[in-house]
Amino acid sequence: MDVMPRWVDVVLVPLLSLIIAFVISALVILAIGEDPIAAVNLMVTGALGSTYGWGYTLYYATNFIFTGLAVAIAFHARMFNIGGEGQAAIGGLGVAVVCLAFPWPHWALALPAAMLGGAIFGAAWAALPAYLQAKRGSHIVITTIMFNFIAAAVLNYVLVNILRPAGQMDPASERFPEGTNLPTMHEILAPIGIEFSRSAPLNITFFIAVIACVLVWILIWRTRLGFALRAYGHSEPAAVYAGISPTRIIMVAMLISGALAGLMAINNVMGEAERLVLNSVEGAGFIGIAVALMGRSHPFGVFLAAILFGFLYQGGAELALWTSIPRELIVVIQALVILFTGALDNMVRMPIERFFLAMHRARKAREAGSAE
Amino acid sequence: MTTMTKLLGAATALALSAGTAAADPALIFDLGGKFDKSFNEAAYNGAQRWVGETGGAYREIEMQSEAQREQALRRLAESGSNPVVMTGFAFGNVLNEVAPDYPDTSFVIIDMVVDQPNVRSVVFNEHEGSYLVGMMAAMASDSDTVGFIGGMDIPLIRKFACGYAQGVMAVNGDATVIANMTGTTPAAWNDPVKGAELTQAQISQGADVVYAAAGGTGVGVLQAAADANILSIGVDSNQNYLHSGQVLTSMMKRVDNAVYNAFTDGPGLETGFRVMGLANGGVGYALDEHNAELVSDEMKAAVDAAAASIASGELMVHDYMSDESCPAISF
Repeated sequence: MDVMPRWVDVVLVPLLSLIIAFVISALVILAIGEDPIAAVNLMVTGALGSTYGWGYTLYYATNFIFTGLAVAIAFHARMFNIGGEGQAAIGGLGVAVVCLAFPWPHWALALPAAMLGGAIFGAAWAALPAYLQAKRGSHIVITTIMFNFIAAAVLNYVLVNILRPAGQMDPASERFPEGTNLPTMHEILAPIGIEFSRSAPLNITFFIAVIACVLVWILIWRTRLGFALRAYGHSEPAAVYAGISPTRIIMVAMLISGALAGLMAINNVMGEAERLVLNSVEGAGFIGIAVALMGRSHPFGVFLAAILFGFLYQGGAELALWTSIPRELIVVIQALVILFTGALDNMVRMPIERFFLAMHRARKAREAGSAE
Repeated sequence: MTTMTKLLGAATALALSAGTAAADPALIFDLGGKFDKSFNEAAYNGAQRWVGETGGAYREIEMQSEAQREQALRRLAESGSNPVVMTGFAFGNVLNEVAPDYPDTSFVIIDMVVDQPNVRSVVFNEHEGSYLVGMMAAMASDSDTVGFIGGMDIPLIRKFACGYAQGVMAVNGDATVIANMTGTTPAAWNDPVKGAELTQAQISQGADVVYAAAGGTGVGVLQAAADANILSIGVDSNQNYLHSGQVLTSMMKRVDNAVYNAFTDGPGLETGFRVMGLANGGVGYALDEHNAELVSDEMKAAVDAAAASIASGELMVHDYMSDESCPAISF
């Protein structure tokens, strides 16, 4: 749609969707007898008002960047990967296996190995659904979501029966050795004189996530593979006519997608918990879908949307802590944002498109009129 | 996005009182939820009793997932809550990491031992209370078959089962004890549907008294037992009222007292290791108007006699967790 300026597409539409979501959330909060202005204030100060809040907001955002990129890259090849949750969980297993395998002397050595572990495990978990889609036409949406359940069951089994140290009741692996502990933002910023909250989990992985955004951008828009990916996503027959193999594109897109989801584990498993616990992904795989939708599958959009959702997560946690707004309603607020930015995108987009189309026609008519 | 938040921030630049209430105590409920009618609810009742008596205020958080534990603990400690009380063994590992970072905050953990100078660890002699309700189950059973349904399969829950089986065997050496666990993950604390299914399976094997030590899952066990018109035994809180006349008794684990005492002692409470058993009222069995008809005088006399000899140290009930084995039942 060329009549719509680009800024409308990437800024105005998401912003309007957000505002609608927030207005409805405010009404919901009002309906249960709480003060929506105080609630928003609490969310903003809790998530952005201190280095502690920022530390958590960006920590969650780091998770969402990885899963958002994973979904986005698959979107470009018109693959709907909703298995980010399972791929990230299995990626966590890969990271845990690497971290526990050796007494790592220094994190700088452990980090690349753990990244490789997480990426390979995540990619492997995406490989089977991808193969089934490419060769047998089994729908990727169905297979990837089924693999989420299998991943949860596998993790249960491994944690309860294999990784749990003797005598421990909690189904979790033992603590990773000291040498795998990633530097936190506190440790990174202290030498240059910036005081960052010691207890926030934000760590060096955030920078890796930013680099991943850049690399994904280069891959999609500056390489032949990226071009083939997008070509396949736009039209399969045209891509086949151009000599692009659908099997190869599906496999490659899903493997990269799974690897990105698996990479998330260096943030939550290696960076934060420093051990593997059950349910360590905390729904980030599904948030990644909303992040990719809202970010229009563009790495920069994914970055911004991930920070928004990080804010919602951390702000929501603060709300749960300091108000009597029930935890479930906070999920409702998060869901409203997802609903309006993802599912109901066209509700906002269509009227705006019509408005710009009408303006365009009017201008055309004026130009035609003045030409006579 | 950032303009958005600035906008919101500017529009609502009112002073906010979050986190300024100093030295209020805090309570963290483990998975299973505050109103599980059992373990967490006992903790909640203890906190409510403290509120009722002192008019004080406290903060509370319910865990939603395993990964939130550290954030919840740190957030409460940072905001000045003191003491911070948490229910459940699963906090052990996290608390061991977090407690040294907040030396001025007192922590209390229930059901787990954490060896840090600012932590009070409260554990219960669940095997002693379970022994008593096991005796009652054996006396109330007509089929000589009784059931046990645990939540998550961990040594702590086996300790319940082991005490229970010993109590059953003490009354009737020929009785059969069927023991099942709901699951191997914390989700097993809140799965009433599976609890009901396991109960029905045990009933079909002949059980006519079923003891649930399973947190929120127990609600399903008690319901299924009531539906099938057999007796059940509640746990942690007094659950006799849930199905009046159909719950034989409840094994009381006074988590409420542990929370109440912690809140009353306040910041700087005495730390260290505390064992709550029959001798100091930490465990026991529930007797009220809902089960008065079910508990005969003979039953009560036998159980009270056993309770007295356990309290005096005359009768030793084997603790599964001391050597990870049980003389009365095999898992």
